[in-house]
Amino acid sequence: MTTQNSSGAAPVLRIREMTLRFGGLVAVNDLSMDIAGGSITGLIGPNGAGKTTVFNVVTGFYKPTKGVVEFMGQPLTGLPPHRVCAAGLSRTFQNIRLFQNETVLQNVMIGSYVRQKGAWWQTLFAFPAAVREEREIRERSLELLGHLGLAGQADAVSSSLPYGAQRRLEIARALATQPKFLLLDEPAAGMNPQESEELLNFIRRLRDEFDLTILLIEHDMKVVMGVCEDIWVLDRGLLIANGTPSEIRANPQVIEAYLGQTAPRSEVSLKKEAAHA
Amino acid sequence: MNTKTRNLILNGLALAALVVFLYQAPGNLDRYKLRIINLIAINAILGLSLNLIYGMTGMFSLGHAGFMAIGAYVSALLILTAEQKTSMWILQPILPWLLNLHAPFVVSLIAAGLAAAFFGWLIALPVLRLGGDYLGIATLGFAEIIRILIVNLTPLTNGSLGLKGIPAHTDLWMSYGCLVAMLIFMTRLMSGNFGNVLRAVRDDEIAARTMGIDTFRTRVLAFTIGCFGGGVGGALMGNLITAIDPKMFMITQTYSLLMIVVVGGLGSITGSVIGAILVTTMLEWLRFVEEPITIGSLHISGIPGMRMVVFSMLLIAVIIFRREGIMGPREFSWSWFFPARKAEPEMKGGND
Repeated sequence: MTTQNSSGAAPVLRIREMTLRFGGLVAVNDLSMDIAGGSITGLIGPNGAGKTTVFNVVTGFYKPTKGVVEFMGQPLTGLPPHRVCAAGLSRTFQNIRLFQNETVLQNVMIGSYVRQKGAWWQTLFAFPAAVREEREIRERSLELLGHLGLAGQADAVSSSLPYGAQRRLEIARALATQPKFLLLDEPAAGMNPQESEELLNFIRRLRDEFDLTILLIEHDMKVVMGVCEDIWVLDRGLLIANGTPSEIRANPQVIEAYLGQTAPRSEVSLKKEAAHA
Repeated sequence: MNTKTRNLILNGLALAALVVFLYQAPGNLDRYKLRIINLIAINAILGLSLNLIYGMTGMFSLGHAGFMAIGAYVSALLILTAEQKTSMWILQPILPWLLNLHAPFVVSLIAAGLAAAFFGWLIALPVLRLGGDYLGIATLGFAEIIRILIVNLTPLTNGSLGLKGIPAHTDLWMSYGCLVAMLIFMTRLMSGNFGNVLRAVRDDEIAARTMGIDTFRTRVLAFTIGCFGGGVGGALMGNLITAIDPKMFMITQTYSLLMIVVVGGLGSITGSVIGAILVTTMLEWLRFVEEPITIGSLHISGIPGMRMVVFSMLLIAVIIFRREGIMGPREFSWSWFFPARKAEPEMKGGND
């Protein structure tokens, strides 16, 4: 598939011919994607299409059976998750994964640890530089919380927050790692229409203020069509479409993947099934 | 006066009170009570070191007795004189290089800690790739291996005869000095961002890795530090009791430490200290159930081991009625005594 960048900028994330097999199941099949720097890109598809698997490969949780992932010219394939994070990619999870026993502030401070220069024993023996750095991390984390409207809850235990605030905290924690690239896994899940409306502006604001490239998985089509500049569609591990929201909306293959086909079967779908077999 | 200076003053006062107590105690208490007070400090040190591994970082380790054994033997071998060693090794002669090895007590304590930490690190590399119960079983196995090695490496350890006549270097000053050092270390460690990281690794490993934390390295580090504490505690124990043998370091020793940590509260520094006080005194106080008891016409002759039965029942009660232990994950804070003030962060433990 040819590369289509709506913004025309150079790709920061390149995926080439990525395949991931779990035994006999092909979760992702020969996927190639380019994501433009500074864009907000959507990755959509029906349940089980392999979207989260793509996230897990990019962030280092799975090693692809075949193919490469490159971030700003550097290969990411095979790096463990903590190295991927250090390289500047951060993510959130579909089912929120906060450090539940820790406070909101501690959650964000944990995110800052990857950029902390002082070693653990230096704060122990009160090295001035290390103590200063720790104080700066605390201040920066509070500032970040203020940015995301969580400053008032800094000392609350994170699991006590309402659902929407937990989602924001997960994003705040991801931002604390100072990423250049943010992967959001279903940020609108569980939100009511008004909340997801706010989410649209929030995602745009994030991109502009933190100078990010954002890749998001989302089922809420209002959010996807409203915020994404470029959309990639997966179905059963295969890439079936790529384009702007209006192109995707009109794409018959996408409609078929989501709604099923009308009988008799179209030629396109027969071809696709042959490819699967 | 802000809370920081207030806490500093109160910590100083608490320390001064401890010093006065340690100064007065030897003249006013009998040897039995002094022994128990000493044991409380040593058990607190051991409990804290196990809490760092299990409570703070979430690694279920049952190997602490093994690391205590390494510490106790290293320290004893460094302290005993050449004459003592030649007279004690009767089954097989002692290794020649070991005969004249000698070091002062404090050096032997540090050596004990380093030796235990080294073996802990060595074991951690393969074993910490396991999680949960598997880790518990693997560490239990390693502790047994260490014990069996001690029994069989007679030229090095004098085998099952053990070592006797270790000078009683562990006095109140020594044990409580080490405890205060341990408390300061743990409080500083856990209140810094690295403490947050340890708890993150415990709570959600996947999220921790996503946040750029090398969870394996972090766990190996915490395990090694915990083993250092275990070694120092074992050395203090050996120099308190003045005799060590492999039977001292069976799995039951690990269990009583586990009891201290669980009763006090997983992940709580204060909890481990309270747990050490409770478990140590209870184990002594419950000795009465093993003595012959006469109630009216009913006469029960003493049953050895009965206190462990009663103790197990108490432990079961704790698990049923207060699973998170006495402190839960909370810490002692001076602000408990100063209400009215605005909520303060909880992680400001003092050395009580």
